[in-house]
Amino acid sequence: MNSREEILGAIRRSLGRGELPADARAECAARLDRHDENLVPERARSLSPRERVELFVKMAEAVNATVARVKSAKDAPGAVADYLAGLNLPPAVVAAPDPALDDLDWSAKPLLEVRQGAVGDNDPAAAVTPCFAAVAETGTLMLLSGGTRPTRNNFLPDTHIVVLRRDQVVAAYEDGFARLRAAGPDMPRTVNFITGPSRTADIEQKIELGVHGPRRLHIVLIDDGAR
Amino acid sequence: MKVTSAAFKDNARAALGDANLQRALHNLRGGFVARRAERVANLPEWDELRDEAIAIKQHTLKRLDWYLDAWEKKVVAAGGHVHWCRNAAEANQAVLAICRTLGAKTVTKGKSMIGEEMGVNDYLEQNGITPVETDLGEYIIQIMHEPPSHIIAPAIHLLKEQIAQSFRETHGTLDPARLLADSRQLCDEARAVLRQKFLTADVGITGANFLIAETGSSIIVTNEGNGDLTQTLPKAHIVLASLEKVVPTLEDAATILRLLARSATGQEFSTYTTISTGPRRASDADGPGEYHVVLLDNGRSAMLGGEFEDMLRCIRCAACLNHCPVYEAVGGKAYGWVYPGPMGAVLTPSLVGLGSAHDLPNASTFCGKCESVCPMKIPLPKMMRHWREREFARHMTPRAARYALAAWGFAATRPALYRPLANLAARALAWLGGSRGRFRALPLAGGWTRTRDLPAPQGATFMSQWQARRGREWRA
Repeated sequence: MNSREEILGAIRRSLGRGELPADARAECAARLDRHDENLVPERARSLSPRERVELFVKMAEAVNATVARVKSAKDAPGAVADYLAGLNLPPAVVAAPDPALDDLDWSAKPLLEVRQGAVGDNDPAAAVTPCFAAVAETGTLMLLSGGTRPTRNNFLPDTHIVVLRRDQVVAAYEDGFARLRAAGPDMPRTVNFITGPSRTADIEQKIELGVHGPRRLHIVLIDDGAR
Repeated sequence: MKVTSAAFKDNARAALGDANLQRALHNLRGGFVARRAERVANLPEWDELRDEAIAIKQHTLKRLDWYLDAWEKKVVAAGGHVHWCRNAAEANQAVLAICRTLGAKTVTKGKSMIGEEMGVNDYLEQNGITPVETDLGEYIIQIMHEPPSHIIAPAIHLLKEQIAQSFRETHGTLDPARLLADSRQLCDEARAVLRQKFLTADVGITGANFLIAETGSSIIVTNEGNGDLTQTLPKAHIVLASLEKVVPTLEDAATILRLLARSATGQEFSTYTTISTGPRRASDADGPGEYHVVLLDNGRSAMLGGEFEDMLRCIRCAACLNHCPVYEAVGGKAYGWVYPGPMGAVLTPSLVGLGSAHDLPNASTFCGKCESVCPMKIPLPKMMRHWREREFARHMTPRAARYALAAWGFAATRPALYRPLANLAARALAWLGGSRGRFRALPLAGGWTRTRDLPAPQGATFMSQWQARRGREWRA
């Protein structure tokens, strides 16, 4: 007998039964198909869309993310350039070659060096990525991997800039999952929930930002809601 | 990892005398404990969420065989592989086989308690593969050859000066005159050193906080981003997970995730919660080419259906460690294996056998704080009592204690004998205690009186006071 069968057999022996009866199996399968929500806290669910965006910003800032609000996508490249200049960071970005960023007109900022693709191994540029959704409850961004969205761009650079549109802000993780299921039948390889920049408290419980992932997480919030 | 839990008493004595350790442990209260309390107060649904989380785990554990099978089918459908392993040896062999197939020389590792259980680092090293821990705390204890002392903050027992010293010894090619005076400088140095490891590793190993039956995914929760670099950049991602990590759906994981970070570090949500499903797709820009889950039993299937089944609800948040007066006094290393504190006192005997760990369930004041802060409401004190009963039944308790308990038990089950004896003893001890009312030393009880006085009984016994009181009430 192989280890798989031995382990499953040991589980059944401990539970004092053989294989789960057919009706119980059907019940479990139905539970997976329904994927019902459990209790979702009121904190974000009870809010209007406008208030949800405000809660998202408040929660994200509470964990050391920064947020710049712009009226429309045409203002986003300027917000990126201003952010980098304000911190004396190199005026260089690597933008994900994703259709969600197509309406960002980088030519408006000729002094900003813009490349498209994946960030290099020791790349000094900031990464600009889209996101799939943002969860107001805890100020959490939800990003998906894909052909135009390298996951490494979310983790390798010192500075991660995320472009978020107002209508992407949802109340709870469960709302993000619902949008994910609506987008297609298959899970992406990686779903990243990101709440603030990288941090550690491993040395004497003192919090330090940017230990392996980005030192800075900046969110450019496009407020017109359109996509 | 080698089990030294049998030496708990010696370990604890050494820990109490270790000034650096005592300074480091002193930080616990202000950090994790205070932040957790704030977060819990900030979420009105806290207790309801706990009850729902318990129900999810109980439902799954009672149907564990079905959910594991359903989860495996989804992993395979997404292009991943599942390796079922009964024990640490099988799991280590599975990891090594994957590494060998890929010709791997270096492996980066995210934090995994299952990896500690397996002793996978030592095993890989013995077989010519270099494992590099990438969680900052794990990296520190790896280069210092220390065992972890806390399940989420493994280097909590070390001071920054000790860490700086070992960085200087290990990172020998860096400028000896550089400053390593504070945690910022230490973090930056670790970031630079480990970045090169991430970029050159052949295989990345992470743990798993959850396995999702609905999607065949694994979920890890981290703050540093090391787990993500570990699993994204190399050729293969190996997940080390134990059986009880499976939950039915993403929604079920979301419910438990709301409890995890708040209980663990006192955060609203950990920085990075990552759901991984299979290897990179053909069209993906990056990601690992292979995805393997090494699924470990190691004694857990035997815990189902018995007195310790509830322990399988544990989500490894460490709230019970952070709030435990015994843990706070002796730290995690004294417990002698992977899991310290109250959860370790219950889990360690289940996984390594009571024979080598019977002191651990006795290392408790039974104050009950662990159970009250446990997000999964695991009855830890009750289970420690179960272990004590088994210890007594198996004649592992010291002989003097056994005889004393047997004598007391004989008398206590015979009220007609016990009451006059107790009255006599109370009066005698009160007289012997004299005007001080305390004993500084007592024959046969030196272990107790060496570090504190024993108060002498005051007045009559409880039973005689109770009878006198009832007599008064009847008369009134």
